[in-house]
Amino acid sequence: MEEFKISTFIAVFEEMFGVALWWLLVAVAVVITAAYLYVLIRDRAMSMRKFLLAQLSMPFGAIIAVLFVLHITNSQFSDLGGPVDVIVLLGVALLGAGGLSILVYVAQSLFRGKQA
Amino acid sequence: MNFSHLPTSRRAFLGMAAGSGLALAAGTGSTPVQAAKTQTSAKIVILGAGAGGASIANRLVDRLQGAHITIVDGRPQHWYQPGFTLIAAGLKPAGYSISSTEQWLPSGINYINEYAAEVDPDAQRVTTTGGTRLEYDYLIVATGLVLDWDAIDGFSLDQVGQNGLGAVYAGPEYAATTWRALDDFASRGGRAVFMRPTTDMKCAGAPIKYTFLTDDHLRRKGTRDASEVVYTTPGQALFSVPIVTEKLELIMRRQEVDVRRHHVLKAIDTSARIATFATPEGDVTLEYDFTNVVPPQRAPQVIRDSGLSWADRWTDQGWIEVDMATLRHKRYPNVFGIGDINGVPKGKTAASVKWHLPVVEDHLVSELGGREGTRTFNGYTSCPLITRVGRAMLIEFDYHDNLVRSFPGLVAPLEELWISWLMKEVALKATYNAMLRGRA
Repeated sequence: MEEFKISTFIAVFEEMFGVALWWLLVAVAVVITAAYLYVLIRDRAMSMRKFLLAQLSMPFGAIIAVLFVLHITNSQFSDLGGPVDVIVLLGVALLGAGGLSILVYVAQSLFRGKQA
Repeated sequence: MNFSHLPTSRRAFLGMAAGSGLALAAGTGSTPVQAAKTQTSAKIVILGAGAGGASIANRLVDRLQGAHITIVDGRPQHWYQPGFTLIAAGLKPAGYSISSTEQWLPSGINYINEYAAEVDPDAQRVTTTGGTRLEYDYLIVATGLVLDWDAIDGFSLDQVGQNGLGAVYAGPEYAATTWRALDDFASRGGRAVFMRPTTDMKCAGAPIKYTFLTDDHLRRKGTRDASEVVYTTPGQALFSVPIVTEKLELIMRRQEVDVRRHHVLKAIDTSARIATFATPEGDVTLEYDFTNVVPPQRAPQVIRDSGLSWADRWTDQGWIEVDMATLRHKRYPNVFGIGDINGVPKGKTAASVKWHLPVVEDHLVSELGGREGTRTFNGYTSCPLITRVGRAMLIEFDYHDNLVRSFPGLVAPLEELWISWLMKEVALKATYNAMLRGRA
């Protein structure tokens, strides 16, 4: 009974965001990931030009993610109290950077086409 | 992957860590295989529809087929009590802790929105305040506890919010009112006086958290230098776990909190703002500009009158006489206890409820299936001990005062960490709600 269950994670996330918003977020994530795979397969290559812009967006994604988490948790940078806190903060930044870069890459590929 | 015996908070954390959405987008939405339900026609009465009662009702509905389950609770509101401290710190509105009792209950059970008026474990019968008589085969006592405000001379709930009087644990609205009193006090500064009762209490760390949060708010408002923060304790130790006490002593000293030991609040003059404490040297009075009154805490009178309480322990408090491992009543084996009402050495927190649930479920369902339950409760208690807005220590321990580490090597229990604050702020309520639905 006390073994790890994916259903427990899902239950907690459903409670955290509300069932509708949680599954909407999952759907958005699935769509963006699928679109990313789609453009990679369609183009048969990564466009370095698009990747450059995607990379340039990464710091913004990182900063936005960190500021968002600090804001919604009534926290500030000075609350970091140990190595694990720095790791969590870096993880948040990494997710923000990665997420936005994929979004930027996909958006360019879909709206500017294969050659742009 | 086997994460057996991990407490709630770890799951919540792991969930957070996985929380980009992208990670889960791979879609492993598999539903765990449900064990076959146990057939029974047993009549089960649950007293209390709070954290313990609502959760066990959902779990039993999932495990039993044909059981007649009745849940009895007179309060139409469900209170998320771990949120009271956040409300009283001005971080959440009162509504953060309020929902309806009914929304957490499963369909297919009988919900009686009345309190129990009489419990007769010999006749196996509960009578409600509306006169309904409920015969039972099994009784689960999950009433929680009552705050004995009358034990403090001169105190009245209708004065909360005036003259610096706070009462965080009286309910969400009182917690919000207390926040306004704290904020007003912090604008000017003065003396803040805190306490805990001699009785067992729900979340023994809560008054300490609120002391630290008050200190923090004074500092943020620039009035700490003009203020004095006093924490009184009825005994010598600040906490029941020695190693935690040592750490708290250090923090109290660092934050310049004046600790007064062997002080028990007995009376309060709310207009003169004077608290009177019984001490070994006689009564001591302390003037205050802000205080959070924490009265003695006891079992509800209907339970104390039922004969379920210990006869020789906690006699002034009335907790029920359950086995500390199985949570089964020692004299009435068809009675179980969940949550604050249990007469066990530790565990009056929602985190403990989380660990009471599978034990009671196991023993009850096993018995109905002709087997013997095997699960035991080890006293697990958890307290995200907030030391300021943005930081907390994740204190977890068991009956033997061992520190239980949910994240060994990652989250140190005696360190003031942001991640522990995140758990309290973000993950705890979601996990609690999932527990209520029987899903965590």
